[in-house]
Amino acid sequence: MQMPQPDAGILGRREAIVARLAAALPADGLVSDPRELLAYDCDALTVYSCPPLAVTLPRSTEEVSAILRICHAEGVPVIPRGSGTGLAGGALPTADAVVLGVARLNAVLETNYADRYVRVQSGRTNLSVTGAVEPDGFFYAPDPSSQLACAIAGNIAMNSGGAHCLKYGVTTNNLLGVTMVMADGEVVEIGGPAMDAAGYDLLGVICGSEGQLGVVTEATLRILPKPEGARPILVAYDSAVTAGACVSDIIRAGVLPVAIEFMDKPIIHLTEAFVGAGYPMDAEALLIIEVEGSPAEIEEQLEKIKAIAETHHPTTLRESASEAQSKAIWAGRKAAFGATGQVADYLCMDGTIPTSALPETLGRMTQLAADYGLRVANVFHAGDGNLHPLIMFDANNPEELRKAEALGADILRLCVEQGGCLTGEHGVGVEKRDLMVHQYDPVDLEAQMGVKDVFDPKWILNPAKVFPLAASQGRGA
Amino acid sequence: MIEPRSEAEMAEAVAGLSAPVEVRGGGSRGALGRPVQAAETLSTGGLRGISLYEPGALTLVAGAGTPLREIEATLAAENQRLAFEPMDHRPLLGSGGEPTIGGVAACNVSGPRRVQAGACRDAMLGVRFVDGAGRVVKNGGRVMKNVTGYDLVKLMGGAYGTLGVLTELAFKVLPMPEAAATLVVRGLDDVSAVAAMTAALGSPFDVSGAAHLPDAGDPAAARTLVRIEGFQASVAYRAGRLRDLLTAQSRGEVEILSEAADLWADVRDVRGFADRPGAVWRISARPSDGPGLAASVPHLAARYDWGGGLLWLLTEESDAAAAAVRAAAARLRAHATLVRGPAALRASAGAFQPEAPALAAISAGLRAKFDPRGLLNPGRMSA
Repeated sequence: MQMPQPDAGILGRREAIVARLAAALPADGLVSDPRELLAYDCDALTVYSCPPLAVTLPRSTEEVSAILRICHAEGVPVIPRGSGTGLAGGALPTADAVVLGVARLNAVLETNYADRYVRVQSGRTNLSVTGAVEPDGFFYAPDPSSQLACAIAGNIAMNSGGAHCLKYGVTTNNLLGVTMVMADGEVVEIGGPAMDAAGYDLLGVICGSEGQLGVVTEATLRILPKPEGARPILVAYDSAVTAGACVSDIIRAGVLPVAIEFMDKPIIHLTEAFVGAGYPMDAEALLIIEVEGSPAEIEEQLEKIKAIAETHHPTTLRESASEAQSKAIWAGRKAAFGATGQVADYLCMDGTIPTSALPETLGRMTQLAADYGLRVANVFHAGDGNLHPLIMFDANNPEELRKAEALGADILRLCVEQGGCLTGEHGVGVEKRDLMVHQYDPVDLEAQMGVKDVFDPKWILNPAKVFPLAASQGRGA
Repeated sequence: MIEPRSEAEMAEAVAGLSAPVEVRGGGSRGALGRPVQAAETLSTGGLRGISLYEPGALTLVAGAGTPLREIEATLAAENQRLAFEPMDHRPLLGSGGEPTIGGVAACNVSGPRRVQAGACRDAMLGVRFVDGAGRVVKNGGRVMKNVTGYDLVKLMGGAYGTLGVLTELAFKVLPMPEAAATLVVRGLDDVSAVAAMTAALGSPFDVSGAAHLPDAGDPAAARTLVRIEGFQASVAYRAGRLRDLLTAQSRGEVEILSEAADLWADVRDVRGFADRPGAVWRISARPSDGPGLAASVPHLAARYDWGGGLLWLLTEESDAAAAAVRAAAARLRAHATLVRGPAALRASAGAFQPEAPALAAISAGLRAKFDPRGLLNPGRMSA
């Protein structure tokens, strides 16, 4: 992975740029001490890091606007950052860039239950949005695994999903409006409290644009009434193909669970060693299927699911009978990334495939891993085909990192070949930037880059991400 | 009329254009938007057919010119449907023609189920289109989750053919429910009706439609409708709970209908305004602002969908009435679309709520990028 050479002119003007930012921000709103900058040198894709020129931590939309006006005038790249939990390197700085972290913008601005929305500052964490409305019986639906830490700003940048988006959709389906600061510092309102907005669906384009079109400082989010209850069921099979067929049959039968999670044998064993959730160790594939509603509705849906699951001869079928048992069923799934991290470094892939291609894709993935001599554990959202293969390697061994990256690229190309895509919810960032050519032709990429030209003609917002360097070279100049 | 038979022919046709064209699917929604000044029509009618349908993956891909009817029949055969319940504009606009899936996407046409299942744009997974320079562009795909690059699928949904000619679309589809029930409360005034719908939509009972149909001549005949769908036992349970909730809320009689497809088609297509003269406005607002907004504008009739968040108004056909509607909407951060009106009024008042200058500049910038020669439906969205 290559990043562009830092601009020598900007590095030479470092002190003047820092001074201008210092004049526009309170003393604690600017970080320029080289040791403190190290805290912002990467996001959760830790294999790549680079300390930025400076870090700004604004507390208001006006401060964000002031920072962008200065950087725009100085031609300095700006790296917007939420909580830094991104897995694709979307918040990776360059030495000539100013990081704009929104973590201090964390207030709830308005709660409106009658109209079912909440307006928050964008640095607020995902889970704390639900926390703000939960006492009144509402919740914010998108639930990425990192929801305890990740910011709404990053959720919007990556159009984050989660385990429950099979029923409730991803960020773009739950976002009503934003206050956004454009690259030149102008503040715009896009969308609002109504269900749709006039004109082009600019909100739809901004969501998932990885901080390249503007810096979102406030978001109006749709909130939903909490269901009366939820209950999972665990079904295990002796083959991944059978599990895949079961998923497809459930969906075809008209049952739409809120979540269908899939775990393969390696991840079952890893999580079992880590949290001891009581998963069946003989299973090749395990499904966690969760349904919602009143006790009677849950019963009705689970009966249908069990009937379908039985036709595929499960090796284990375990229905939760209590809150504690529900927690136990989810425990291993929720610990999957942590459990893997205990035994190895890992790269988490995020390709999506049509659910019909599940069996073949899993088979070929296993073969690819064997060819590279690397271990891969699979845990993913089966209902929507969003795979998360975890490629295990030793980060202290450069050759293993190279192999792991090559395997990751092969797996993502396989997803595209199967009719899917490179990333379902983590974003392209730097990680998958150079793989974009496998999914999109030059004319497709040109159309997307044309949108950035309109929003950010100088290309100062999060440049060198999303698009292959060769394709974006020279733009904004 | 130019009617290419393939995407490649479409690209060739657009590249060869030397004057603006009106882009047309089935023609049933041609009167939406500002009138387009174009001598020639470019039809997507030749790009017809379902190229992929996987019921187990809830995915359908079809040419833009595929009749909606064909898609709905194909889905129904597998007990599935387009969940966003697209409105049929023909009764309201008095138009003919066969609605196409491309037209539905280009106008982001959604119906009452918008409150639960999302809009057309939420169900769109992928697009292929020919931009104004004649280039074939694809974006998105056929999978449920996709953040690979910018989401131009959303941008094309609701762009009224001004950024490119849609050639192919991929949709997420959903299972048809086993049962449905509609609760009807009579005689509520608009404010009480919105309060009742808010209570229903704020309950955990998964409401899939909430509409209010006032009756100007007989207030007692006003109907407030709440719909639920799903498995039989679940629908029965929720209908009971919602009846209790609505009874407490409105202190009136609550009737439960097990069959109300026609009623919801009436809501969806705004049929109550179809035979009445006047301008028809579609106003998207906060639900709680709906009744106040209606009361602040002189109008001949009003209807509410989306729990009050979608207000349909019938007004006089005049610039003064238009100005009043637009000003009322702007005060509440709502937006008003002139869905039906004489061409002269759509030209002078514009079909869509004017954008803030900064957003209008972005929109103009996007148009210049995607249609640099200004050939595709010029003026349809803004002058």
